[in-house]
Amino acid sequence: MEKDPNNILDEVTQGEYKYGFYTDIEMETAPRGLSEDTIRFISAKKNEPEWLLEFRLNAYRKWLGMTEPTWAHLHHPPINYQDIIYYAAPKKKKELASLDEVDPELIETFNKLGISLEEQKRLTGVAVDAVIDSVSVKTTFSETLEKQGIIFCSFSEAVQKVPELVKQYMGTVVPSDDNYFAALNSAVFSDGSFCYIPKGVRCPIELSTYFRINAANTGQFERTLIIGDEGSYVSYMEGCTAPMRDENQLHAAIVEIIALKDAEVKYSTVQNWYPGNKQGEGGIYNFVTKRGICKGNNSKISWTQVETGSAITWKYPSVVLMGDHSVGEFYSVAVTNNYQQADTGSKMIHLGKNTKSTIISKGISAGYSNNSYRGLVKMTKRAENARNFSQCDSLLLGDRCGAHTFPYIKTENKTSIVEHEATTSKISDDQLFYCNQRGIGTESAIGLIVNGYAREVLKQLPMEFAVEAQKLLSISLEGSVG
Amino acid sequence: MDQVGSLNALNTGIMDGTTTNYNTREALLKLFDERIAGYALNDSPELTAMRREAIAGFASAGFPHTKMEKWRNTDLTRVLNHDFKFPEAPVMAEVDLEEIFRCEVPGFDTHMIAQLNGWFIERGAGLSQAAQGVVVCSMAEAFEKYPDIIASHYGKYAPVKENSLSALNTAFAQDGVFVFVPDNVEVNEIVQIVNLVHSADPVFVQPRNLVILGKNSSLRLVHCDDSVDDQVGFINAVSEIVLSENARLDHYKLQNKNDRSALVNNVFFHLEAGANLSTNAISLNGGLIRNEVYVRLNGRGSHADILGVYLMDRDQHIDNQVFVDHAVPDCTSNELFKGILDDQASGVFNGHILVRKDAQRTNAYQNNKNILISDKAVIDTKPFLEIYADDVKCSHGATVGQLDSEAMFYLRSRGISADNARMLLMYAFAAEIVNKISIPQLKQRIDDLVKKRLRGELSICDQCVLHCNSREQKVSFEIDMSKI
Amino acid sequence: MLSIKNLRVSIEGKEILKGINLEVRPGEVHAIMGPNGTGKSTLASVIAGRDIFEVEEGEIIFNGKNLLEMPVEDRASEGIFLSFQYPVEIPGVSITNFMRTAVNEQRKYHGLDPMPANEFLAKMEEKKRMLDIHAKLANRSVNEGFSGGEKKKNEIFQLAMLEPTLAILDETDSGLDIDALKVVANGVNKLRRPDNAFLVITHYQRLLEYIVPDIVHVLFDGRIVRSGGKELAMELEEKGYEWIRSEA
Repeated sequence: MEKDPNNILDEVTQGEYKYGFYTDIEMETAPRGLSEDTIRFISAKKNEPEWLLEFRLNAYRKWLGMTEPTWAHLHHPPINYQDIIYYAAPKKKKELASLDEVDPELIETFNKLGISLEEQKRLTGVAVDAVIDSVSVKTTFSETLEKQGIIFCSFSEAVQKVPELVKQYMGTVVPSDDNYFAALNSAVFSDGSFCYIPKGVRCPIELSTYFRINAANTGQFERTLIIGDEGSYVSYMEGCTAPMRDENQLHAAIVEIIALKDAEVKYSTVQNWYPGNKQGEGGIYNFVTKRGICKGNNSKISWTQVETGSAITWKYPSVVLMGDHSVGEFYSVAVTNNYQQADTGSKMIHLGKNTKSTIISKGISAGYSNNSYRGLVKMTKRAENARNFSQCDSLLLGDRCGAHTFPYIKTENKTSIVEHEATTSKISDDQLFYCNQRGIGTESAIGLIVNGYAREVLKQLPMEFAVEAQKLLSISLEGSVG
Repeated sequence: MDQVGSLNALNTGIMDGTTTNYNTREALLKLFDERIAGYALNDSPELTAMRREAIAGFASAGFPHTKMEKWRNTDLTRVLNHDFKFPEAPVMAEVDLEEIFRCEVPGFDTHMIAQLNGWFIERGAGLSQAAQGVVVCSMAEAFEKYPDIIASHYGKYAPVKENSLSALNTAFAQDGVFVFVPDNVEVNEIVQIVNLVHSADPVFVQPRNLVILGKNSSLRLVHCDDSVDDQVGFINAVSEIVLSENARLDHYKLQNKNDRSALVNNVFFHLEAGANLSTNAISLNGGLIRNEVYVRLNGRGSHADILGVYLMDRDQHIDNQVFVDHAVPDCTSNELFKGILDDQASGVFNGHILVRKDAQRTNAYQNNKNILISDKAVIDTKPFLEIYADDVKCSHGATVGQLDSEAMFYLRSRGISADNARMLLMYAFAAEIVNKISIPQLKQRIDDLVKKRLRGELSICDQCVLHCNSREQKVSFEIDMSKI
Repeated sequence: MLSIKNLRVSIEGKEILKGINLEVRPGEVHAIMGPNGTGKSTLASVIAGRDIFEVEEGEIIFNGKNLLEMPVEDRASEGIFLSFQYPVEIPGVSITNFMRTAVNEQRKYHGLDPMPANEFLAKMEEKKRMLDIHAKLANRSVNEGFSGGEKKKNEIFQLAMLEPTLAILDETDSGLDIDALKVVANGVNKLRRPDNAFLVITHYQRLLEYIVPDIVHVLFDGRIVRSGGKELAMELEEKGYEWIRSEA
């Protein structure tokens, strides 16, 4: 992989979604539809303890009394929740002890996606948890990590291995009835990643989860729980793709992060779910609840996201700044093209003294798409000397798309300072002419300018992701300017 | 809400034919059914139809409530929960107009007209340019005398579907101020509307104003909302203001209400090509003030400056809602609202710029700056941008903070007391808006009022109105800002 | 190398160039002088391919190819370089990345593989040294927050990197103090070769003291009204443009 971030636009490939293939793997699925029986089926499949089944059923009962949120700047036909398969897993014959036992088709799938599950083949230090249609198929490097006391495994495995940790923290950041999609996930989540970094440990390698929707008619409902114990550090990356289908598939995930005293958790996402075709048919409905809590003093949680995929994106990675002097960050690039819709942003809830948050959001709209930033900054009475700075910029390519900014600022504290700035712009003809005159064609010039526009965010990404993200930006916008 | 009580009172009201209680949807619908026949005697068929459509709009929505996105931070429950009377005719007897108009701005020569409890009060002197066709009269008179203008403009800008208070006003409106400026006329006199509420009982008043500026005309309009006493009141005002091609309007709202009053002010501006609007809302006092300003830039090259400053304390509530609709290309708008909140005061700013598809070469700016000076003051600010065209320059900003501690230190190091330094900085903060007032005497007057307000003089007075006896008192707060 | 014949150009119906004829041969430096608003910058823009102008008549042949039929970026790859009078800012795009992209796109046009990263970086270093440009400049975003002098130096740096056969300097001297002017002029002189040519557009004679032209043209009201040796520039400086105006 190229290391120089300046190389990114060297070879821009064709604009088609290149992860749209489907792998024929023998699958085990739950019957379509959602009921208490479905939930019992999932829970039994995973051999879960009674308390977890109760957690699920409790969430399901709450979900039944809730309604889908309508406040976002999004439009889609009603989702038939009884028409979805809530559990699909590659059939496995027995417990996997080594990579040799993983279905070769699966390994091939991930190789095609550029994710190697074979540790020795990876040059860079990245541990991967690969999740396909709800189920974690392989976690690499977990043994290496275990020596330092780091637990990095699938969520189901964690339930078996460290149930007390899961029970202590799960649902504490995103309660099971937090919102409609969180309740749904809490009822039917199938798998996901779990990560615990012990006191004082700096995780030496990047941890990464790769999510893949493969089967048809399924929803993906994974759940990630990251706990940074006192004084620890971890950088965590998440990537995702799905096959091209003309139906809309639902993805409703939850990510919870807990940072204890002096801990730092950095969470990076490159979201590249199938966005649908040029006519707006198909694509993933991505309704995700991501939230972290800076529980201890001097803790820090940083979200970085590059959103290029999904037909619909509804997600607001948030930080509750509870510990004094804690820090929350949100860096986002969201690209929408064709008929994609994104309503995304962040919430920063300041509870502790001297807490500080930063929001940098870069929206890029093209085609017929709509791209909204929606965010909340709240300074509570206790949050003395809290600070927030938000910068939300929009770039429009073409005159048939929309770019919107909906910031909410609530301040109950006279010592806090909140600043919000936003601009909307387009790529000027002068900029294009200047690039053209240097011999750079228009498509490349747009890629170059867009990457420059997003640089502030892209530079927050780990190197392995940055290069990928920069390419994605260019590709996502191909054909957007006539 | 006390429904039985209000319904009983409703019956009483009907018996004496003058007043009724007025605070629930049901009571109002019933009242409408009883009144519409009477209204129809004077109304045109179109107006009657408009009232019916409006009451249907109000019936389906009811009073705004905090579950509605636009009303999340402004709760009307408390201010509606009174046994309101509904003044069906002007009551002149108890009011000494001369006393009321003692508050006139010194040297501020205006053509002043008054509204009392929503009813226009004839004060005799006509406008000097009446001969050129400039009309300033009551809405009731306008309905009679200018049916053509009414037919083409009245109710054409205030929606009765999305805005239930505007609908309620449309359903019941009886009077207000009508201003008409013909094409190519520049009105020399400043027109000042003083909107007073004075009653022994809680009153619910619904003034309705229509201002039409012809092509290439210009007007300066100052709109004052004052209380004469400390009685409870609810004003639900609607103004429709039309700027024809290349018309210019310099518009001010000066709000100085008592702490027990509620004021909801819906103003709908409609700008045709090349029109230029400057509107400035100065809110100095009031229990609950909500200004909803809608600006539709409907013709190319039109421009709007939408400004506001608010200084609130105790448990006052100020809510500014600004919707700027860039409907066509080549228009510009500029919004700046600044506020200082003390004690338990709460503030809301909700700015929304919409740039419609094809409204290319739009320039739109929006800014809201706030200072909180107590631990209990709260501000909610939402500067929204909704953009569907690509060749635009839009930006917005919002800040909440406190007085700049470095500036404080600097002033104190020059020997200025902490209190005075604080006041100076607050004054400087507000002055950015005050300095944009283009009528010198008005600017001077408001400058004085802001200083007084910051000194706490208006706040100390429980019955806090402009014409308090401190009028003769010399303003002692004089520091030359240019020297620091 | 460059042959312009009877070029007539208008913008929004207003004719700006009214029949320009110009021949530039390899190794030559041509200066185009004239008062403001006579069409000097228009000529530069039309050669580079700016599409806001309407070419009514005439042709521009560059090394045997009809430039008017080519998109802007192809003209650049063919060897036309325009040093802009007002270089535009491109936020977030580093000069390194910008030049890398330009160099490789031009190589691609000629069927060459991208330049290896180390070779490219070495070339950047070499050109920076040659032009006496500080390293910092190259890591900043293109023209963002640059002073007037920095912008013009950056243009000359790009000129050095892209090695065009015809470089058009559009009012490169405007807004420069004497030190910056010397840096720019020295750079240009170092880049002169027998196989390339320069078209220097300027209002004042000052720049021509440092970049000595072979031929000076005076452009007035959309026409070249006079051509001559470098002494023409001196004469113009002495007598002022009124002289031309009275002659024209």
